[in-house]
Amino acid sequence: MKLVTVAGPPSSGKTSVIIKTISALGLPEGKVGVVKFDSLTSFDHIRYGENKIPVQTGFAGKICPDHFFVSNIEDAVSWGKRKGLSLMITESAGLCNRCSPYIKGILSVCVIDNLSGVNTPRKIGPMLKYADIVVVTKGDIVSQAEREVFAFNIKEVNSQAKIIFINGITGQGTFILAKHFGEATDINTLKDRTLRFTMPAAICSYCTGETRIGDYYQMGMLKRMEFDE
Amino acid sequence: MSAYGFSDEVTGMTLKALIEKYPLVSDYLANHRLNEIDLSKAFSDALLDVDPDMLEEFGLDSESIVLNLCTFLDSFSPDSKSGAFVISSITIIGGQNKSGEAENLSLTIKPGEIISIVGPTGSGKSRLLEDIECMAQEDTPTKRKILINGNVPDESQRFDTGVKLVAQLSQTMNFVMDLTVREFLEMHAKSRLVTDVDGVVKKCFECANSLAGEKFTPDTKVTQLSGGQSRALMIADTALMSASPVILIDEIENAGIDRREAIKLLSGNEKVILMSTHDPLLALFADKRIVIRNGGIAKVIVTTDDERKNLIQIEKLDNILLSLRNSLRHGDIISSGMIDSMINR
Repeated sequence: MKLVTVAGPPSSGKTSVIIKTISALGLPEGKVGVVKFDSLTSFDHIRYGENKIPVQTGFAGKICPDHFFVSNIEDAVSWGKRKGLSLMITESAGLCNRCSPYIKGILSVCVIDNLSGVNTPRKIGPMLKYADIVVVTKGDIVSQAEREVFAFNIKEVNSQAKIIFINGITGQGTFILAKHFGEATDINTLKDRTLRFTMPAAICSYCTGETRIGDYYQMGMLKRMEFDE
Repeated sequence: MSAYGFSDEVTGMTLKALIEKYPLVSDYLANHRLNEIDLSKAFSDALLDVDPDMLEEFGLDSESIVLNLCTFLDSFSPDSKSGAFVISSITIIGGQNKSGEAENLSLTIKPGEIISIVGPTGSGKSRLLEDIECMAQEDTPTKRKILINGNVPDESQRFDTGVKLVAQLSQTMNFVMDLTVREFLEMHAKSRLVTDVDGVVKKCFECANSLAGEKFTPDTKVTQLSGGQSRALMIADTALMSASPVILIDEIENAGIDRREAIKLLSGNEKVILMSTHDPLLALFADKRIVIRNGGIAKVIVTTDDERKNLIQIEKLDNILLSLRNSLRHGDIISSGMIDSMINR
């Protein structure tokens, strides 16, 4: 089974890009499935369902979404294999802009949109920096110049990535992405593979449910800011 | 030059000298929160003062960040493989329409040529444009084949290019950045690594203003431009600054700009122009027009001399509409004799 990870800020068009790319792949129905990692709510499974794409949704809830991803990804792979998928796509939002659910050797795609502001590529961090492919959406509503400046800013952060422009409504551009999906690595298991980037450091008192403020309640891993005198 | 080619410069020069030679280096430093680094030293020496924890937050250490800068410079160097396309021709070899009937054609388009695309909505115009954009090799539903400069493009040309083959202009496009016209053009020029930014910006601005009905200043915010002014700026900018060798225009007939001048400007910059249009003025102004029906190219019509003669009449009608529009804009009353006298003029 081939595995592809797709990440990107909320509402950047990940689901539309995935659905249109699956249809461009032209594989038999039921051969491509999606595992959606979300934090609190998600309505994407309805859209996948409408398109007859097998889907599983997981909610991180109070757990750091990145940690949630990595502790469930192996089971997700097993699910995909049980279902007899030939391609499984994981979809996750890059909630804190420190997250990047990318695994070494596994095709990694970051979806961002042209409307999110021209400096956004510089702010997204590892999720953009470590992607193999950056998909840019909503280009049909901004000027050519803005699309070019946006692509330039992406290249400044990730000069290796391939940039693909996709219209999530018409599917224009998904052809090329589908070609890349088709060339993704075949895997049996993810055991002993490594992430491309470290998780956010955790375990302090607030990770375990502390809500009170004050030195007395702070324990574990802490980072102090320096303020000017 | 490969990333390796930059390593002598990056390790040998002070950061200050490096920034002077490659202004992009300052962006690179800012992107890694290194804007306060000591510029009087070489990069690897200056890094000794930097907290390694901070580099780690970017997934880097003092060795890999130097290598990373070399790669960064390489990807923006002019002879990098992701550089601009040089196109001498594009050939469309027919595939099939929605019913599987063969298109039976081979159409070669050269830079400077203007091709209009006509056909009802939903007939397959955008499919044709997408086939060109992804350089289809009988692997899209239409089974069309696209040749670049007479040859089958190699895989890396198809999938790895940094520059899009096609620049797009349509009526639904807007400016979303909140910048003045000058700032906007400067930003675009910078991202294109233009050497004479001021010169290009000035030329672009003058061009845009000559196309627009009402004039604007370089200090106007792009988001405050009228529809016609926006369109004029987009066209001038695409013609003079965009790297894409093919321009695709989608129905600019109602844009409130001088359409003929706009098309002349675009084609005069040695770009291939494809425009889908229902405007007789634009359709007949083109050298050829592709007729799309049922998902396929039904025929290609070369604009005849007879058709071109009609162009004079159409232009006359168009000018009448234009002056009526101007009269309305100036608050005049459109009297009954006015149109008649314009037609007989």
